[in-house]
Amino acid sequence: MNPDASTLALASIEFDLSAIEEGQSVTILWRGLPVFVRHRTQKEIDEAKAVPMSDLKDPATDEERTKPGHEQWLIMIANCTHLGCVPVGESGEYDGWFCPCHGSVYDTAGRIRKGPAPKNLVLPPYDFISDTLVQIG
Amino acid sequence: MGAPMSEHSTYTPGTGIEKWLDERLPIIRFSKEHLMDFPTPKNLNYWWTFGAILAIMLVVQIVTGVILAMHYTPNVAMAFDSVEHIKRDVNGGRIIQAVHSVGASMFFAAVYVHIFRGMYFGSYKAPREILWILGVLIFVLMMATAFMGYVLPWGQMSFWAATVITNIFGAIPVLGNPILELLRGGFSVGNPTLNRFFSLHYLLPFVIAAVVVLHIWALHVPGNNNPIGVDVKSSRDTVPFHPYYTMKDLYGVVLFAIPFAWFVFFAPDILGHPDNYVMANSQVTPAHIVPEWYFLPFYAILRAIDFNILFINSQLGGVIFFGGSIVILFFLPWLDTSKVRSGTFRPMFKWFYWLFVINFLALAYLGAAPAEGVYVILAKICTAYYFAHFIIVLPVLSRIEKPRPLPASISESVLGKAHA
Ligand code: HEM
Ligand code: FES
Repeated sequence: MNPDASTLALASIEFDLSAIEEGQSVTILWRGLPVFVRHRTQKEIDEAKAVPMSDLKDPATDEERTKPGHEQWLIMIANCTHLGCVPVGESGEYDGWFCPCHGSVYDTAGRIRKGPAPKNLVLPPYDFISDTLVQIG
Repeated sequence: MGAPMSEHSTYTPGTGIEKWLDERLPIIRFSKEHLMDFPTPKNLNYWWTFGAILAIMLVVQIVTGVILAMHYTPNVAMAFDSVEHIKRDVNGGRIIQAVHSVGASMFFAAVYVHIFRGMYFGSYKAPREILWILGVLIFVLMMATAFMGYVLPWGQMSFWAATVITNIFGAIPVLGNPILELLRGGFSVGNPTLNRFFSLHYLLPFVIAAVVVLHIWALHVPGNNNPIGVDVKSSRDTVPFHPYYTMKDLYGVVLFAIPFAWFVFFAPDILGHPDNYVMANSQVTPAHIVPEWYFLPFYAILRAIDFNILFINSQLGGVIFFGGSIVILFFLPWLDTSKVRSGTFRPMFKWFYWLFVINFLALAYLGAAPAEGVYVILAKICTAYYFAHFIIVLPVLSRIEKPRPLPASISESVLGKAHA
């Protein structure tokens, strides 16, 4: 009953970022999973960088959450790490995401700040092929 | 205790054919022994009709389900529309679909009554432990079946129920991810998930039917428990199953059919969620995720653990308590060691029993409430009490409680009542 070949064939995708303005985010599908691609504002980046590690349940720096030279792009699997609902963007007390299912709150780097979720929103494996083209998976 | 199985048969094959059959496959003898002559305590009340109601409900689900499967399409692009097609175009489809989806709720209502009946009257105690364990197993299989059935219409609630529930298994350390992919047949809930859920949803009811046979077998070895919990002492304590209990059960079934029919004909959707009339969308979660009512108490327990316990994170913690709340039922016969079966003769147990019932209902209420403020705290208290009932209250009561004197026999208790 393991995943068949046609399912595995969807394992890797390329995505063009050029149409996403600063402050915008889109949700795309990768391996059937929704993935948030957010073009962060400078304010959001600064906010994320200012958080002391001791405030975090699952400590990770903003640098670890993004790729060097592409800090404005936050690419994360959009399923809440609690039980997989899709959190709502630009909401919650930390200006990031709020999960309507059981009330988990994420910050502007997608890190868990409050609620039953144990971990930060998961980063898919991805690489920048050029400044505007990214390969996920 | 009931006489061994073969001794209470009054069957003598009438015709030559019956005699011929009886020597080869004594199926008529068997049926007569177990469905007609079976000596049954004469004091069973209406709480004892729920076993028969459950048997009928299983048949109802299988018959309506098989008909639904003739018109249903297990494909993510067509499943939602095919259920609508059943409701609108198929002859009688609106009723058959409503009987099946309301039937699942009625099935659970009956099973809860049946389980709580057993808990009050101590039906899980020796020599009925295996009977009880098989019952809990049926309950678990029913939950799996109902959950997978709920996914089939492929609405928003179907999809997110599938996501959240399969993720519960993903929380298991090490094996979590392989199990998750196996359950889903992919990296996320999608067409392979729907296909395997349909296959299993078709299969499991027949597995349930097989376990029901074992359940009744295990019942017919010691015979029924009864409201005073005193063993059958002589044939004066029993009456033959037919016609006394076939009629009583049938009457129970008819009464049960009244609310069932009311839901089917007048409010087929009242137990469901409007969001399930929106087709599944993997990119948007409905604002308020709630399972079907019959899962609410266990769902409340799952959500109540939003803190890490030592090295166990909040997600796994919730899953452990959720699983534990059901697994603990298997151990009930060894947690309550009081020799007295019926709660009627246990002055302290009786109160704690009702407290447990209220606590269970409170958990159901909290499972539907938003996870915020005072609800979060209450859910934690109720969860703690749920476990305390099994781990602390029952073992302690068994030791300190002084039961009331038991009637000498079933006959005496019945006649005593008539004189009073
Ligand atoms: C233990 C017995 C069963 C239970 C508790 C059960 C429960 C359920 C539930 C809760 C649904 C969702 C209904 C809705 O929301 O519309 C469903 C759907 C369905 N079930 Fe069952 N079921 C049982 C047996 C069966 C059997 C034996 C079949 C035969 C194949 C079957 C076939 C279907 C089909 C085709 C659907 C999808 C159509 C629909 O949504 O109404 N079920 N079931
Ligand atoms: S799924 Fe997001 S809080 Fe539970």
